[in-house]
Amino acid sequence: MLEIVDLACIRGDRRLFSGLNFSLMPGSLLYIKGHNGSGKTTLLRTICGLFLAEDGEIRWNDKNVRSLCEDYNKEVLYLGHHNGIKYDLTGYENLQISATLDGDDVDEDKILYALAKMGLAGFEDLPTQVLSQGQKRRVALARLLINSSKLWILDEPFTALDVAAVDLLQSVIAEHVANGGMVILTTHQEVALTAGQVQTLQLGD
Amino acid sequence: MFNIFRCIVMRDLTLAMRRKTDVLTTMFFFIIVVSLFPLGVGTEKETLRHIAPGVVWVAALLASMLALERLFASDYSDGTLEQMLLTPQPLTVLVLGKVLAHWLLTGLPLVLIAPLVGLQYHLSIESTGVMMLALLIGTPVLSLIGAIGAALTLGLRGGGILLSLLILPLYIPILIYGSGAVAASAIPGSELQAYFSLLAAFLLMALIFSPLATAAGLRISVE
Repeated sequence: MLEIVDLACIRGDRRLFSGLNFSLMPGSLLYIKGHNGSGKTTLLRTICGLFLAEDGEIRWNDKNVRSLCEDYNKEVLYLGHHNGIKYDLTGYENLQISATLDGDDVDEDKILYALAKMGLAGFEDLPTQVLSQGQKRRVALARLLINSSKLWILDEPFTALDVAAVDLLQSVIAEHVANGGMVILTTHQEVALTAGQVQTLQLGD
Repeated sequence: MFNIFRCIVMRDLTLAMRRKTDVLTTMFFFIIVVSLFPLGVGTEKETLRHIAPGVVWVAALLASMLALERLFASDYSDGTLEQMLLTPQPLTVLVLGKVLAHWLLTGLPLVLIAPLVGLQYHLSIESTGVMMLALLIGTPVLSLIGAIGAALTLGLRGGGILLSLLILPLYIPILIYGSGAVAASAIPGSELQAYFSLLAAFLLMALIFSPLATAAGLRISVE
């Protein structure tokens, strides 16, 4: 379980939010809303540990994440605005390296399956720089399929994706939640996933 | 743990092989700087032999400086660096892997090309050997110390200049003992062990402390 207690973040001289409290149970999805500059990305980066909060604490299974360090990193997968893939490497190599670094034991078939499922069959052996923007995003998203993290933190995961890929990603996220995973996401796109009964958090006015 | 280390080293080597210009520029920079001196100073044998140690080491410092900026910059801009910070692996191991790959690509070529420079400057075979050994011990220190500066100046505008101002002063001990060893080797009967012991001591110190400092610097820069 993820708990946010009295969290406050300051970026530059601006207080983005303070006294933020919420908790997230296994098998639930949190949709963070807010206008541009309301601190959505900062909140997500704070939760995954890239940004240091001004005040408050983040707890994972009743322990402060600062004390968990690498054990907490194992449970979290963050996908931000950057794809986090090397453009000189192929999609296959990218996934293989990130799986090794994440400490997941992933075999060749699983990586190929993940790429095929993201609609990249036949593109496994091409350097990702020759792929289109949407296809690069798909390579980055294929990590979701080979990763064993419980908490997914997705910042605008639907950008650059076509309709079919948006649907696919929604079903991947829904499946993760159904299997007891947790997802925190932001998006400006209208998607069916966030229209139903989900927890929402409104940042800013 | 070793698996992770190897994965990072292989990743950076593969990337460099797909983008060879980055490696070649460092080496050619070194060769060109070293070759400019005889043209400016004159080709008198004794003079050249006299200035060789200093010239080679200053060129090596500048060449390694030139390559440092790229150590973390591309990982930073495409987001792979923040993914590395979020992996459940000790960041110091990842940093050490990246520095080793960086040295293999930019430091080791300088060691291997040193005999050519020795010929150019009329150095004796012994002096050339000493120069290679000193470079072999000294250049990893340059990469390790430089990594701290590269991590701290990541994402800053004009970071390159700031990096040189921060790091070049820290290179001074290596410059002194590295070129000192080569200069001393020209004097018959001189004892060289002290130079190498000191260089090796610097290397051990840097091996222990630089990854820690670099990891801390990266965390600050990514935030």
